[in-house]
Amino acid sequence: MIIQLFKKSPLSFKIGFFISIAYVIAALLSFIWTPYDVMAINLEKRFIAPGIGHIFGTDHFGRDILSMIMVGARNAIAVSLVAVGIGMIIGVPLGLWSAATRSTGGRVIDEILMRGNDLVFAFPSLLMAIMITAVFGPGAMNAIIAIGIFNIPVFARMSRGGALGLWEKEYIMAARVAGKGKAKISYEHILPNIMNLLIVQATIQFSIAIIAEASLSYVGLGTQPPNPSLGRMLFEAQTMIFFAPWLALVPGLAIVMLVLGLNLMGDGLRDILDPKLRRKEPDGVEAKQNVSS
Amino acid sequence: MRRLFTIFILSVSLITSASAQTTLKVGLQLEPPNLDPISGAAAAIDEVVYGNVFEGLVRIDENGDIKPGLANFWQISTDGKSYLFNLAEGVSFHDGSPFDAEDVRFSFNRARAQNSTNAKKYIFEPIANIDIFDPYTIMISLNQARPDFLFNIGLGDAVIVSSKSVDKNASQPIGTGPYKFKKWVRGDRIEFERNENYWGALPKMEAITFKIITDPLSAYTAMKAGDIDTFPNYPAPENLFLFNNDPSYEVEVGLTAGETILSTNNKRAPFDNILVRKAMAHAINRKEIIEGAMFGNAEPIGSHFAPTHPDYVDLTGLYPHDLTKAKAFMREAGYGDGFTASLKLPPPIYARRTGELIAHQLSKIGIKVNIENMEWAQWIDQVLRNLNYDLTIVSHVEPMDINIYANPNYYFGYDNKEFQAIIKKIDSSSNPEEISALYKEAQRKIADDAVNGYLFQMGKFGVWKKGLKGMWRNYPIRSNDFRDVYFEEQEGLMND
Repeated sequence: MIIQLFKKSPLSFKIGFFISIAYVIAALLSFIWTPYDVMAINLEKRFIAPGIGHIFGTDHFGRDILSMIMVGARNAIAVSLVAVGIGMIIGVPLGLWSAATRSTGGRVIDEILMRGNDLVFAFPSLLMAIMITAVFGPGAMNAIIAIGIFNIPVFARMSRGGALGLWEKEYIMAARVAGKGKAKISYEHILPNIMNLLIVQATIQFSIAIIAEASLSYVGLGTQPPNPSLGRMLFEAQTMIFFAPWLALVPGLAIVMLVLGLNLMGDGLRDILDPKLRRKEPDGVEAKQNVSS
Repeated sequence: MRRLFTIFILSVSLITSASAQTTLKVGLQLEPPNLDPISGAAAAIDEVVYGNVFEGLVRIDENGDIKPGLANFWQISTDGKSYLFNLAEGVSFHDGSPFDAEDVRFSFNRARAQNSTNAKKYIFEPIANIDIFDPYTIMISLNQARPDFLFNIGLGDAVIVSSKSVDKNASQPIGTGPYKFKKWVRGDRIEFERNENYWGALPKMEAITFKIITDPLSAYTAMKAGDIDTFPNYPAPENLFLFNNDPSYEVEVGLTAGETILSTNNKRAPFDNILVRKAMAHAINRKEIIEGAMFGNAEPIGSHFAPTHPDYVDLTGLYPHDLTKAKAFMREAGYGDGFTASLKLPPPIYARRTGELIAHQLSKIGIKVNIENMEWAQWIDQVLRNLNYDLTIVSHVEPMDINIYANPNYYFGYDNKEFQAIIKKIDSSSNPEEISALYKEAQRKIADDAVNGYLFQMGKFGVWKKGLKGMWRNYPIRSNDFRDVYFEEQEGLMND
C-alpha cells in the first residue's frame, strides 16, 4: 500500500525523500561509525583538499570533514526533531483547546491563547532564539528550547484553524449530543482529521529548524565545540575560503541539500495527503506516468 | 565586474602618480569608543591617537625604549625620587594655544585627582609634588622610588592635554602631535591631516585615514583591492601567507605585549593543588597550539613576561610537553582517573581555537574539558569579576603586567607571600641591576608554581603594500606611531 502510494507520488517527493533518508542514514551511521574520529586533532593532516582518503578534505585542525558533516547532521537533525516535537506537543493541544472553547461558546480563553500566540509569532524567530541562548547560555539544549518555542505558535495556529472548521461538522455535533467532552472530541475526532495537515507542516518546520540550528551555531549559540556543527563549520571556514574553499562549500552545500530535501518531501507530502489539492492536479501528469510505466 | 573596474581605475591612478604616495589608508579591526586616551581604557584609542595626535613627556618607541617626547631631557635624583624635566620650547597645541609646564601640571593633577576617570591611576599614585621652576622646567617628586615611572608616563594614559580642550578630546582630540584630527565618521573612518606647525621633524605622510574593517574577510578583500595601504595588526593570521606569496605586499610578524595564557582558578579545587597545575603544564603542547591556533605566528612563553623585554627569561623548558610526567603528576595528586573542568572562552578567534586545542590536549591526561563560549560581558562578569570559572584563555595585553600576580584578589586567585614580596621589592628599588634580577625571579616564581598555563606571546601581524617603510614591527605598547612612515619611490609598484 505504502509502496504503491510512493510509486504514484510526484518526482519531487521521491527526490526529497531519498535526500532526507540519505541524511538520516548518515546521521544514524555516525553513532557507530565515522570514517575518522571527529575529535582527533592532527595538524599534520590539516587542509587536505577533497580526494581519495578524505572525500571532503580536512579542516584547519586536520579533522575529516565528511565525518564532521555526518555528526553535524546528526546534531542538527536531533535538535530539530526535538524542537519540532516540543512545538507540536505544546502547540497542538493549545490550538485544539482554543478551537474547542470558541466553538462551544467561550471566547475569552481563545482570545487569550491566540493573542499570546500572536505575540510569540510576531517576534522574529531567530532573534528570540538568540535572546534565549544569550540569557540561559549557549548550547544544544538551549538551542532546542529556543527553536521549540518559536514552533509552538505555528502548530497552535494550524491546529486551531483546522479544528474550527471541523467543529461545524455533523459528526462532531453528534458526538457532542452523545455527551462527549471537549477534550475527548478533540482527541478522538478532531486530531485524526487534522493529522495530515500537521505532518506536512512538521516537515516544513523541520527544515526551518535545521536552518535555525545552523544560524545559531554560526553565531556561536548552538552546539558547542568540540561537537561538530554545520553552522559553526561554516563560520570557522570564513577566513580560509581563499585557500581552502571546501571548508565552506561542503558544510554550506550540506545544509542546502538537507533543507532542499526536506522541503521537496514536505511539498510532496502535501500533494499526497491533502485530497483537495490532489483533485486539482492536472490529469495529464498521472496519465503520463501511466504511459511511461 | 565592478571589482574589475575599480582595479582598473586604481591602476590608472597608480600609473599617473609619479612621485611617492603621501597619503596613508590604515585598516583597523576595532573602532575606538572615543579618542581620548586619558579617560578611555580601550587599546583601540591608543592605536589611533598615541604619538600621532597626543604626546607625553617621554615617548615609547617600537622597541619599547623610552625616547624624549615633550621633554627634551631629564635628570633623575640619585635616590630615584625626583625627576627634573626640561620641556621642548615653541610647542603649541593643534588649536594654537602654547604648551608649557602648566599643561604638564594640569594633565597630571587631573589624572591623579580623586574624581579622575583615568584607567591607569596607579601611574600617578606615587607623585607627591609637581613644582614648576620656569615655563620649561618642571620637577616631579615621588613618595618613593618607582623604577617604572618614566616608562609609565610614556603611556597613552599620561599624554599631555590642554586645559582648554580637554573636555572635547573624546570626539575632537587636540594634542601636540605631528597629526591633527580632521574628521570621524563613526563606523567607517577617522581622518588625520599633518600638523604643519609641528614642533619636531615633519612626518612624510600628509594625511592618514583609519578605515574601520571589523570582518576579517573584508579585511582581506580591502587589502587585495588596494583600498587599504596597511593593516598594522591584520586580524586573521591564517591569511598572512597569502600576502607573503604576493610580491606586492610585505608581511612582518612581530610581537605584542600580549601574554596568552590558560588562566586557572587557583582558589578552586582541584586547581588549588600545585601537582594538578604541574600535570597540566606538562600536558600542554605549545608548538601544536601556536601552529594550530596562530598558524605559526606567535612565540612560546614559559611565564608571564614579554620575550621582547631585556629581562625576559626563557622558561618554556621548565615543564616540557611530556605526557608521562603529566600523568605521573595526576596520579600523585590523586586524580589518576582524571576529572571534569569547564573552559570559559571569550569571543576572540585565538581564544576559541586555542580552547579547542587545549581541550584536546588535556583530554590525553584524563581531564575532560567542557568548552563554554561566551560574550565579553558574560566573561567579564563570571570570570574576571566573580572568579566563577575553572579555566579560561585570554591574552593579557598590558605591557609589564607581571605585578597582577601580586594581587590576591585578581581572577587567578593566586595568593603567594613570596611573590608579593618580590613585587614589593621591585616597586621600592632604584637599582636597575637589582630590579632586573628581581623581574627574573618573579618570572621564575610564577612559572615554578604553574599558576597558569603559559602558552604564547601574541604576534603582531603587520601587512602593508610593498614600499611602505617605517611601520612598527612590534607592539611594546598598543600604538601605531606614523611619524617615521613613508612610501619608497618605486617603479615596481606601478606594474601590479
